[in-house]
Amino acid sequence: MALAFTALTSLLLIAIFIFKEGIPFIARVGFKDFLLSSDWRPQAGHFGIYPMIIASLLVTFGAMLVGAPLGIACAVFLNEFVSRPVTRIIKPTIELLAGIPSVVYGFIGVVVVAPLIRSQFGGPGLSMLCASLILGVMVLPTIISISTDVLASVPNAYREGALALGATRWQSVHMVILKAGRSGIVAAVILGMGRAIGETMAVIMVAGNTVQLPHSALDSVCTLTAKIAMEMGSATGAHRQALFAIGVVLFLMIMMFNALAMSAIKKRSASK
Amino acid sequence: MLFKKSLILVIGLALIVCGCGRRAGTSLTVAGSTAFQPFAEKLAEQFMAKRPAVNITVQGGGSALGIQAARSGAAQIGMADLVELPPEAKELLGVTVARDGIAIIVNPANTLTNLGLEQIRGIFQGTIKNWQEVGGADHPVRVISREAGSGTRSSFETIIGGITLANAALIQDSNGTIRETVANDRDAVGYLSHGLLNAKVKALRANGVECTEKEIVTGRYKLVRPVFLLVQPPPAGAVKDFIDYILSGEGQETIRQNGLLPAQ
Repeated sequence: MALAFTALTSLLLIAIFIFKEGIPFIARVGFKDFLLSSDWRPQAGHFGIYPMIIASLLVTFGAMLVGAPLGIACAVFLNEFVSRPVTRIIKPTIELLAGIPSVVYGFIGVVVVAPLIRSQFGGPGLSMLCASLILGVMVLPTIISISTDVLASVPNAYREGALALGATRWQSVHMVILKAGRSGIVAAVILGMGRAIGETMAVIMVAGNTVQLPHSALDSVCTLTAKIAMEMGSATGAHRQALFAIGVVLFLMIMMFNALAMSAIKKRSASK
Repeated sequence: MLFKKSLILVIGLALIVCGCGRRAGTSLTVAGSTAFQPFAEKLAEQFMAKRPAVNITVQGGGSALGIQAARSGAAQIGMADLVELPPEAKELLGVTVARDGIAIIVNPANTLTNLGLEQIRGIFQGTIKNWQEVGGADHPVRVISREAGSGTRSSFETIIGGITLANAALIQDSNGTIRETVANDRDAVGYLSHGLLNAKVKALRANGVECTEKEIVTGRYKLVRPVFLLVQPPPAGAVKDFIDYILSGEGQETIRQNGLLPAQ
């Protein structure tokens, strides 16, 4: 009992702490000047985080463009086209990806992906594109492991029924099985998004951290998490409170993603 | 059963935490600048070998935190590596214990060897956008700077004078990552602590003066910042002894050997 409540209490304490520091700041600076201004100069008293919100969303969206198709395709392959023993080897191996520290992903991004982007497409290399690619790979384990579980829980009768009606294997996958597991797969992607938007270390290393609205995928951007992590060490006074306020925004965004995922899962169990 | 075990664990942890404060002898906390932190750790180690009764804890946290901690008494000594101490540090006594040059670095492939202070300002403000404008190749300039609140950045901007950093500048959060980024990018320009220069990047002359230990000591190289230790005046007891030790021949030699410059 006591141990179970430890997790809950710490979550509650974290929430209270962040909100206590952040909300008064947002109230003082003003909702509009905080969320919708592009001017971030803490020393001069300007705390606009609009470019960072956009950057976080765009990088996450980019990561989904990379991660979702790959992840779902991989899950379909593992479930429908490979024999069980092979799946039993491949799936844990993919889940190992989740155990690689994010610094290592970031390092690969800095020494391999960024120079490649710089030489092929120009720009600084450390960019939104680079961050999206790295994050896209980082969210794969989340998406794949949830999607495979979803697909595995689609009743076998659906498969047999489709094949009995003369559908090819591919037709049965995309017309029946993916449809049946749709809400579960949506939940997998949303949980992957939560992971991508919260990732910090790898993003600091590969995104370039320029506070600006990007004009193209090759521009460098600064996400909300990167800003907090970079400036927390030396921030005092209002600057420090501003970072907590960014924490509030992030907290709400991630809560929203999780709530969306929950409702998607619920819809699925209700429709069964 | 589990509840009992966790209770014992919590009480045990609490006892350990309480016990830390009750060590014999004097204990000192030094906090602040991450650039000087490794030096302070080394110096503290040497000092404690001589004075086993004194226990020194060194923490990082940045220059701003060092000033704050010294004011509030959370630390007996604050470390700050800023050219100009902010007004809230007025009540504290600042002792210069070392100096550090700030080197302007470019990729070794860059043909440029010298920049005037005016040109440096132009580059970091974003008014000079192409290396051609300062006598280099026809490539865009990629400015790399440190995060707001960094002691190196604020010193750099104060010395050069009135820099409002270009919006397009990339931000890296340590000397090491700045060096790595510049080493990997032909068009990049950045700045870092003189002690951290290596062969992967090229230091430019500033106003015709090379960034070497000799030129910094003679005072001809202008991009130099002091490292301050801040204490509540007047320093007494172990605090005074530790600062005296750092300023002694042996302490200054340790600082020099590890890449910073002595105070005098």
